[in-house]
Amino acid sequence: MTDMQLISLTVNGDEHTLAVESRRTLVDVLRHDLGYTGTHVGCEHGICGACTVLLDGQPVRACLIFGVQADGCEVRTVEGLADGDELSDLQQAFSRCHALQCGFCTPGFLMLAEAYLAEKDGRPADEAEVREVVAANLCRCTGYQGIVEAVCSVAADRAKASG
Amino acid sequence: MTRWIGAKVPRKEDGRMLRGRGRFVDDMRPPGTLHAAFVRSPHASATITSIDLEEAAKTAVGAFTSADLGDPFLLAVLERDEFTPTRMPLLAGDRVRHVAEPVAVVVADDPYAAEDAAELVVVDWDPRAAVTDLRSAADGPAVHSGLTDNCVVDLVMFDDERLDEILATAPVVVEAEFDSGRVAALPMEGRACLAEWDDRDEQVVVHVSTQVPHQVRSGIAQALGLPERTIRVIAPDVGGGFGLKCVVGREEVVVAALALRLRRPVKWIEDRQENLTAAFHGHEQHYAVKAAFAADGRILGLAADIRCDIGAYSAYPFTCAVEPLMAATELPGAYKVPAYRARGRGVATNKPPTAPYRGVSRPQIVLVMERLMEKAAAVLRMDALDVRRRNLIDKFPYAGVNAISYDEGSYRESLDLAEKKTSDWPAECDRLRSRGLLAGIGFSCFSERTAYGTPTMSQRRMRMTPGYDTAHVRMDPTGEVVVTTGTCGHGQGHETTFAQIVADQLGIDPGQVRLRQGDTDLTSYGWGTFGSRSIVIGGGAAGKAAGVVASQLRRIAAFLLEVSETDVELSEGAARVRGVPGAEVSVAEMARLVHFQAHQLPDDCRYALEARQSADPPGTFSNATHAALVSIDPGTGGVRVERYVVVEDCGVVINPLVVDGQVRGGVAQGIAAALYEQLVYDADGQPATASLMDYLAPTAAEIPPIQIFHLETPSQHSETGAKGMGEGGTIGAPAAVLNAINDALGSDFDHIPVLPHQVLASSGGNR
Repeated sequence: MTDMQLISLTVNGDEHTLAVESRRTLVDVLRHDLGYTGTHVGCEHGICGACTVLLDGQPVRACLIFGVQADGCEVRTVEGLADGDELSDLQQAFSRCHALQCGFCTPGFLMLAEAYLAEKDGRPADEAEVREVVAANLCRCTGYQGIVEAVCSVAADRAKASG
Repeated sequence: MTRWIGAKVPRKEDGRMLRGRGRFVDDMRPPGTLHAAFVRSPHASATITSIDLEEAAKTAVGAFTSADLGDPFLLAVLERDEFTPTRMPLLAGDRVRHVAEPVAVVVADDPYAAEDAAELVVVDWDPRAAVTDLRSAADGPAVHSGLTDNCVVDLVMFDDERLDEILATAPVVVEAEFDSGRVAALPMEGRACLAEWDDRDEQVVVHVSTQVPHQVRSGIAQALGLPERTIRVIAPDVGGGFGLKCVVGREEVVVAALALRLRRPVKWIEDRQENLTAAFHGHEQHYAVKAAFAADGRILGLAADIRCDIGAYSAYPFTCAVEPLMAATELPGAYKVPAYRARGRGVATNKPPTAPYRGVSRPQIVLVMERLMEKAAAVLRMDALDVRRRNLIDKFPYAGVNAISYDEGSYRESLDLAEKKTSDWPAECDRLRSRGLLAGIGFSCFSERTAYGTPTMSQRRMRMTPGYDTAHVRMDPTGEVVVTTGTCGHGQGHETTFAQIVADQLGIDPGQVRLRQGDTDLTSYGWGTFGSRSIVIGGGAAGKAAGVVASQLRRIAAFLLEVSETDVELSEGAARVRGVPGAEVSVAEMARLVHFQAHQLPDDCRYALEARQSADPPGTFSNATHAALVSIDPGTGGVRVERYVVVEDCGVVINPLVVDGQVRGGVAQGIAAALYEQLVYDADGQPATASLMDYLAPTAAEIPPIQIFHLETPSQHSETGAKGMGEGGTIGAPAAVLNAINDALGSDFDHIPVLPHQVLASSGGNR
């Protein structure tokens, strides 16, 4: 309880400054200190990926990062994906393709896919590659097919849009 | 006329989940919440000599042993002489019976502090020899004192006296043993609960990640000796259950007890290690089977000796008999078995107790029957699909030797279609072989009794017998509808599918229907969601209740439009007179009149627009054929499922999106059980699979695209014609994959999971 550190981080564009224990994980900071409960905890040992957020644009397991390591960083969570009431193309594709059932792993998959699509930068969709990427996270409900289809469909749409 | 049943209606649930605005238990944090951490046993079997809480109490807000809580326990009872009830203490008092069994609990202001304090609890153990192997459990020390042979339930079912003669004289007798590994349901959200005292209602309100809120309430009430009204259980969004959450966890009751005692909110969130080592498991079973076949491939008789490793305790409320009873009753499955005998035993071991994990024994019994078909075909040099065809039930209703009356299905048709849809697979196998791989094709056929109502469940003789469910449908003054149900979805999309059923009855849009579920104060006593029961029983009750409201609306419309009720139909938000365009009154207008201007309506049209109805069917029978094509790398022994086809018949499909999603998710769990997942324990009862590094849940890289084809044979026993379908994917997949492996290797594996080193050992001679 004694080892407190003052950190500042930006979450979905909003700045936060708070004191956290050094051992406190980023996901606990986000969920319980800052109230971004959209990010979920599935295993706390970096396998399931339910806690995936973007840290300075890169997908990370927020259960394997300490809050203090995010000091000065920009964090994106699932709450930051929609534009007001308008779901992002990826969120819409997840619903259309039935890429979620219980919804618990969904925020992690969305953030993972968001990072992949950003990195892909409009290159055409490649199902094998998408499968390999989303294999980073675990889903217990869907059998993954909807998730793969959703990501592929957004990749294809974005590739088309970028000409 | 729009019909919503059968439409691919997008899910109402998706919006909040996609925004991260679902509300799971751990998302709630009332001010002043205390966090519980459990002290758990490092031994599989030990006597507790002392528990010292002194150091822990210095840093924690509270620390408690079983005695501090009054030695509470959960007791699940089967009212049969062949069953021995065993108490499951909430916290072990004098001895522990499996690793990770809780023996004490501490609470602190922060989960980190609670874990720190839990580490300061000092327990003195006197370890004892553990019973860990199902086959030798009878010779080991008693898991519960007074338990001889460690057999908790021993049932001889359908003991046909002709069977020995049939087995002695049949042209072909297949004798084999089958095993399936212990597996975890592994929902992505583990178990979770948050309890707080509410002074206003004088209740402890317990938010639990559960499939069965009413049974959690009953469990808490019985364990703590409280009237049920003093407890309100709410299941908020539930991150998967798969059966793990259809029983009551001891931790959930402890948390409620602590909130009552401390008058502060108390939360416990299971971590993944606890989920793998301390939560309920499933499916560890052994079968010794003899089957007699005629020379033409017809099965003549079947005898099975079934043992299920049920772990250390009976799970509340269903007891540990769930697996042995299901297996012994339903082994014949989709096949015409004229003579049958089964012995089903539940064997206690020093491992965590089992719960009814998705499929409940049916993945195993289907595996047994499908392997028998293959083995008989091999002996008779017949095509294995033809042997199946000779044996599949083909006339309905069919009176089974297991005292089951099967309603209409499409057993032969599903096999025929699956064969047709996989006709290019042999060529695909050749292609794989030309790349140096081994390849094979496997099928499985099954019938799955779903939506068991009280008439069927009562045959199990549980002290608490599930089956019925009740729905309440009420329309508000704007014409929108709230439905409450005792079923409790955890990812299946009930908010959408129930709305489709109700919308069809009322002629309104599903968007105007809200489902409320998972709250014991809000809903009639109900049995929650398990056993593929929800859309048939809960949805059936909702459909019936909506039908009553629809007749209320038609009566009002008949009065307003001055026609006979029988001439009124409800569609697209209005009551219309058949054949008279323009003669209509909107549902919203009728709702407004009933609520705000009832004096304008005749007596029998006032105070209406709501109804409560129950459903309690005997059960429905879904069926399917699964087919898998696997490739095997002869260098690594790795098995890969390349293609997968499901032809399934769950009667009327309410929402194809939802049904396909359930099937695919189920198949993924079945493939996992066949190839990857197994909870491993050493001879001392120590788990070797305590993290997801060791327990291999499949990813998108392991699960192939799954092609689904639907046949629709409506059930006569359900309101909508729908049959339950939540478990079928899991039921069919292990047998199909195992048969494909055996086809590829020319092997005779009769167990799951089949692991790479076993494949390598077997494929040595087949390269």
